[in-house]
Amino acid sequence: MELLEAIILSVLAASTPLLLAATGELVTERSGVLNLGVEGMMIVGAACGFGGAWLTGSTTLGALCGIVAGTLLSLIFALMTLGLAVNQVATGLALTILGIGLSGLIGARFVGERITPAPHLHIPGLTDIPLIGRILFGEDAFVYFSLALVIAVWLFLYRTRMGLVLRAAGDNHVSAHALGYPVLRIRTFAVMFGGACAGLAGAYLPLAYTPFFIPGMTAGRGWIALALVVFASWRPGRLVIGAYLFGAVTILQLHAQGLGLGIPSQFMSSLPYLATVIVLVLISRARTGGSTAPAALGTVFVPDR
Amino acid sequence: MQLVLEKRAERSNTIALVSPLIAIGLTIVTMSILFAILGKNPILALGVYFIDPLTDSYSLQEIAVKATPLVMIAIGLSLCYLANVWNIGAEGQFLIGAVAGSWLAVKTQGTGAGAWVMPAMLLLGAAAGALYALIPAICRVRFGASEILTSLMLVYVADLFLDYLVRGPWRDPAGFNFPTTAEFDPVATVPVLIEGGRLHLGAVIALVVVAAATVLLGRTIKGFEIRVVGAAPRAARFGGFNSNQLILLTFAISGALAGLAGIIEVAGPVGHLQPGISPGYGFTAIIVAFLGRLNPIGILIAGLFLALTFIGGEQAQIAMKIPLDVTKVFQGILLFYVLACDSLILYRFRLVFASRQVSRGAA
Repeated sequence: MELLEAIILSVLAASTPLLLAATGELVTERSGVLNLGVEGMMIVGAACGFGGAWLTGSTTLGALCGIVAGTLLSLIFALMTLGLAVNQVATGLALTILGIGLSGLIGARFVGERITPAPHLHIPGLTDIPLIGRILFGEDAFVYFSLALVIAVWLFLYRTRMGLVLRAAGDNHVSAHALGYPVLRIRTFAVMFGGACAGLAGAYLPLAYTPFFIPGMTAGRGWIALALVVFASWRPGRLVIGAYLFGAVTILQLHAQGLGLGIPSQFMSSLPYLATVIVLVLISRARTGGSTAPAALGTVFVPDR
Repeated sequence: MQLVLEKRAERSNTIALVSPLIAIGLTIVTMSILFAILGKNPILALGVYFIDPLTDSYSLQEIAVKATPLVMIAIGLSLCYLANVWNIGAEGQFLIGAVAGSWLAVKTQGTGAGAWVMPAMLLLGAAAGALYALIPAICRVRFGASEILTSLMLVYVADLFLDYLVRGPWRDPAGFNFPTTAEFDPVATVPVLIEGGRLHLGAVIALVVVAAATVLLGRTIKGFEIRVVGAAPRAARFGGFNSNQLILLTFAISGALAGLAGIIEVAGPVGHLQPGISPGYGFTAIIVAFLGRLNPIGILIAGLFLALTFIGGEQAQIAMKIPLDVTKVFQGILLFYVLACDSLILYRFRLVFASRQVSRGAA
């Protein structure tokens, strides 16, 4: 029972950065923009988040630093792809390469430092309930925030006018433009939201997951988040399932390594990446007939006036 | 005030030629600012980065050595990008090529095998790289899975696989527990061109690849099909070109070239298989491909330039204590500027000062 509780707790922790980053990217992609720079924005978010928390001693300020860093990087992306109509795939790759370099540069002086990890909720009585207490009432703020964010995004996309307009821009930018909606401005905000979420997701890693910063600590999570959006068929609800499934794969392979099954650790470590490939194949295969991707995803739009 | 893009009637050839130069100029200005922020003298730093490596023969050879894998990988990637498919997993194909070729080197170690070993290793490396690249290509063609994500995921898998081999079955028993294979036998090594130098046969192979790609793209039907499928998919469909077949072909070629580059790197400058054989060649090659405007000759020049930044970055770290990550930042910024300047080929930028409402009313 103790072990089960520990596993569930660590699955939730491992899933949260994936869920945060994927939620942001989902909104970006629903507006018709494919930002492949999630990994770059996350890793800079991690470096800035740790730096902020280390300098100020506050997890909240650290998280804010991560959000600001991610948003700033996403603005470069928006300027390039929306302002200058540059290919989104290539720009996203550039953003990732730049982000990895920047995070190394920013984070160099923080390597080896430690901070106090983000506090966990504690409600006397509730948190002490065996098994479910710590899982439901003993998480750090990021876990609750990520779930609230998914609900908020769902409400926004499907229950508000602005959400409808955003989806329209992602499905048919020419029509949305003809109706008078500012397609590029909507997309800019969507890209910024994606950047903020990726920055926060990155910051989560050194602020709550491990209380120190190491270069390259995102280890491909940004790319897995991108795959999760495909897995979720661009729907927020399914994103939660996907993120927790991937978190579970990550944690279970760690526990399997600990048990010493005689399987080399490198094979277990490659499981999340292989799982991503397999899931992408299965999902894409099941979808032959009609794609659920936003119709204008990844296409350049230059308004004519 | 607002920035407006106007489509040019025709792509501007002048700008196509000068845009990489503008991009490099802008990057150097940005880097000077970054050096100043880091508290280093920008003029001195730029000198160490871009001038010093060109002044002695060791560095010049080293630039060619570093450019070899970059050019070979970038040529393959350019074929993919011209066909509008996105292989971004060249790093993984590079590593798998290195692993496959090294297998033969490890198996024939100390057996007195003949001179056939090295060529066979290169073939194995190329074949393994091609097969590894075909995984994402087949996933895309058969199941419609995004080749961008699958090819990238396989980089991590390749990296871990190599790590397993050199820590486990292939580890040098006399290697003090370091994760590395034993030094390859002389017959399993890519020979150097000048005795005592660093420049090796791989540089010649890279030049052959450049020449072959120039012929393929400029003089053959396949090259034409690749370009049409990328530039005008609808026209390609009417022309009866098989785009799925071209995806498989371009991925296989780029994987083969990356794998070949991988085994040449291991059997040449490195001399044994170990983790960290690539300082991100597979990713830097993406920049090389774009900086070279997806053109073989352009890629050759761009490859030499990016190799210069690797060498300059190492020297700047030694001489001025500038962190190595500056090189990555430099490469990222360069790619941004290259892409932004490329936009000028198709569009004309104009600043519009009228307010939105007025311009909408007028339209």
